[in-house]
Amino acid sequence: MNDFAHLLDRLAYEPRRNAKLRLLKDFFTSTPDPERGWALAAMTGNLSFREAKPAMIRALVEERVDPVLFGLSRNYVGDLAETVALIWPTPTVIPGRREASNPESTTGHDGTSRIPSRVDPGFSPLASPGMTGERRDAGPGHNNPPPDVPTLSDVVETLATTAKKDLPRHLANWLDALDETGRWALLKLVTGNLRVGVSARLAKTAVGALGGHEPDAIEEVWHGLEAPYESLFAWVEGRGERPETLNPAPFRPPMLSHPIEEEADLDKLDPAAFSAEWKWDGIRVQLAGGRDRDGRQVAKIYSRTGEDITGAFPDLAEAITFEGAIDGELLILREHRVQSFNVLQQRLNRKAVTPKLLEEFPAHVRAYDVFADEGEDLRALPFSERRKALEKLIGHLDHARIDLSPIVPFATWPDLAAARADPASAGAGEDADAIEGVMLKRLDSVYQPGRPKGPWWKWKREPFVVDAVMMYAQRGHGKRSSFYSDYTFGCWREGEAGADELVPVGKAYHGFTDAELQKLDRYVRNHTTKRFGPVREVAYGREAGLVLEIAFEGVQRSTRHKSGVAMRFPRVSRIRWDKPPAEADRVEALERILERGEREIAPGESMETDA
Amino acid sequence: MPISASELLTLTREGLYCPLGRFHVDPTWPVERALITHGHADHARSGHGEVLATPETLRIMAVRYGEDFCRSRQEACLGEPMRIGDVTVRFAPAGHVLGSAQIAIEKDGKRIVVSGDYKRAPDPTCLPFEVVPCDVFITEATFGLPVFVHPDTRGEVRKLLDSVALFPERAHIVGAYALGKAQRVMALLREEGWDRPIHLHGAMEKLTELYKQEGIPLGETPKVVAAERKDLHGAIVICPPSSIQDLWARKFPDPVTAFASGWMRVRARARQKGVELPLVISDHSDWPDLCRTIREIGAEEVWVTHGQEDALVHWCGTQGIKAKPLHMLGYGDDGEAEPDPGAKPEMEEASA
Repeated sequence: MNDFAHLLDRLAYEPRRNAKLRLLKDFFTSTPDPERGWALAAMTGNLSFREAKPAMIRALVEERVDPVLFGLSRNYVGDLAETVALIWPTPTVIPGRREASNPESTTGHDGTSRIPSRVDPGFSPLASPGMTGERRDAGPGHNNPPPDVPTLSDVVETLATTAKKDLPRHLANWLDALDETGRWALLKLVTGNLRVGVSARLAKTAVGALGGHEPDAIEEVWHGLEAPYESLFAWVEGRGERPETLNPAPFRPPMLSHPIEEEADLDKLDPAAFSAEWKWDGIRVQLAGGRDRDGRQVAKIYSRTGEDITGAFPDLAEAITFEGAIDGELLILREHRVQSFNVLQQRLNRKAVTPKLLEEFPAHVRAYDVFADEGEDLRALPFSERRKALEKLIGHLDHARIDLSPIVPFATWPDLAAARADPASAGAGEDADAIEGVMLKRLDSVYQPGRPKGPWWKWKREPFVVDAVMMYAQRGHGKRSSFYSDYTFGCWREGEAGADELVPVGKAYHGFTDAELQKLDRYVRNHTTKRFGPVREVAYGREAGLVLEIAFEGVQRSTRHKSGVAMRFPRVSRIRWDKPPAEADRVEALERILERGEREIAPGESMETDA
Repeated sequence: MPISASELLTLTREGLYCPLGRFHVDPTWPVERALITHGHADHARSGHGEVLATPETLRIMAVRYGEDFCRSRQEACLGEPMRIGDVTVRFAPAGHVLGSAQIAIEKDGKRIVVSGDYKRAPDPTCLPFEVVPCDVFITEATFGLPVFVHPDTRGEVRKLLDSVALFPERAHIVGAYALGKAQRVMALLREEGWDRPIHLHGAMEKLTELYKQEGIPLGETPKVVAAERKDLHGAIVICPPSSIQDLWARKFPDPVTAFASGWMRVRARARQKGVELPLVISDHSDWPDLCRTIREIGAEEVWVTHGQEDALVHWCGTQGIKAKPLHMLGYGDDGEAEPDPGAKPEMEEASA
């Protein structure tokens, strides 16, 4: 447990991805099974056990430390686990030493006279003869066995099997045995709050790197595995076979595309080698179906990152009656029309899946590729062959929830440019507002996980742009930690008194070069009007202020922003050093874009009362 | 009728005042006569009439404020009683920074000790704290919460050296207050065998030079030349806390940011500052040492000047010791002692 805790501690302070990866690899290499497997499970969110409640932990501490002092400390530190880790009285007293030290002596340069002080006062704040008092009075020759430092496996296994009433006793014993960092990590773990600055993906990348495997190779086998993953480690270390996936409907890492930045990029590509289809503004999912050993149908829906989201979409899961896997876009359709991303988000944001939600936000998948059909892996086939297989599969399936993403016909790049500029006239009809560009796939491309350069391209529609005024700036992180690199900007609207005012509409932290960042940073420092911790307010108004041209993909309603709107993927597209702030855009410009996206079909009266 | 504590020392707008001796202790405003415990800017200000302090503190003040920091100065010899007005005053070492002293004020058998800032942990750059028994003990409480237990400094310095060994291509930028902490870190590095140059930010230079003149060996400490920053692979660089996140620090090769402070014990504090390598090294007493000191002094009454006074006053109560907070303003930056990112480096050494 202490090793795992120290790994978490170092990861928490390490901002660089490669350094995190190195720490993780070192840990997995030097830590035996099953300890490292439980650590992997903890970092990928695959542990489940009875979680300890904060109140129970507080009660444990207050048996040992004056509640007033604990309360003051907790307020100061601002984190329960960390406060407890720091304040927990260490029982490793060296008995008798205290009596040996001379209270009149000035502290010498030898460390020994300091050791007894470690034990003392703060930890006996209870005036009544409490636990700490008994401990100190143990006297010379007292010989308590040292408490056993638990392994992570001990902790996980005990938590999985222990009765609720025994939990405090186990926890107290562990806290006694661990060092500060160990206590911190243990408490984060048992309260289900283990956020360590490492994504599940990074942890899997580190495991893969042990055997020279790409992270996608780990993802391939991941869903068939269970903690503590001994077979996985055996495989990556060359001691065992690749784990058989027992999951009849496994996740497969998706193939991703590169962006076409400008039309000139197309000059290098041959239009006859490519197929085009719409780029839908939904979320990418995989539908996987198969039969388990008892012959029962298993249906799974995975997100792009491999998260199992089947539970959130029972309406879609029941459509997975095939044995195979398809790649597609999750969309909300009403009366056969694709609804905007705004509408989809209303379904995604709900925790409880109610019949009403299913009825008002019916989930569909528009399929655009196939991984496997009737148990056969099709990924090695060229796209043109896979497309035929996909069309056949969808045709046989004949389910209203799953349809085919249509091919956009074109002969030349200008043809495709015209379709991208006006999808409605190019066959998309009323679904055009849910289209965010076109996808290009080489007809001969095999399905390669990851983001290979060349076979697939995305050519997004032109972004929206507005001119906004910089209002606040915040320091960035990592490489940019010293620069004011995150900007909150606002647009004009009529204020309560009738005069125009600027209201924040969004925040952007990229889109500029390093040289531009230096100039922006200098601008912020020279025009600061107020400071709020890491945030500075800069001068803004009709006369003073810096105009930023902001590019973005769309607008959503927001209760968080005062303006009531929020942009999707905003970035600084140009710095308008020349433009007077009074000429920046108004909030109404954003509201018009929002209205375009909201021309969806209402699901009925209940929806209106909801709003 | 024995004299009462409040006749001996009272609180005025300028700070603690002894009416019978007609002097202030560590006043935060200019006064006619000031007794100064140590050279940190929140305790030692310029513009007083007469100043009485240890010779080291007087020299520190002269380096920071110029030779004309007061009208006249007088040296206090540690341990020697001096008569001032109707009271007897004695300076005793406080173990905080070079020249730091406690000031005992006595009349008719009643003794008050103003400890200033102090620590009990060993420090190669200053004399150790002396326990001076008294009736009223005036203590700080910068780290006055039981969560603050400072580890052995040796382990903290080893963390820094281990990191340099692990990343020999990266510069290690260590934020440390310019008076005391910086020189202590240098001395600790030398004790752990680091014999390469320790590079200094310009704001560290004068006080480090003074420490060397006072006979504290710190080895080679060149000032960083702006143009050479990019070549300082594997170097240890000491700078004011405000500079670790500055553009100044970004010009070093792939810098590792460290900060030597007692606040680094709290993870969120370290992360807020973007510190990658927190070094828990403090010139203040931690909680166990605050409590131990109060017990050893054996005072009937404890006054708490600044820091986390609530917890320490509460603890005194549980021990049957009378205690009260003085709620003094102007010390330790509101008790948080958090350096303001916009503060000038030379003003920052006062805290933690």
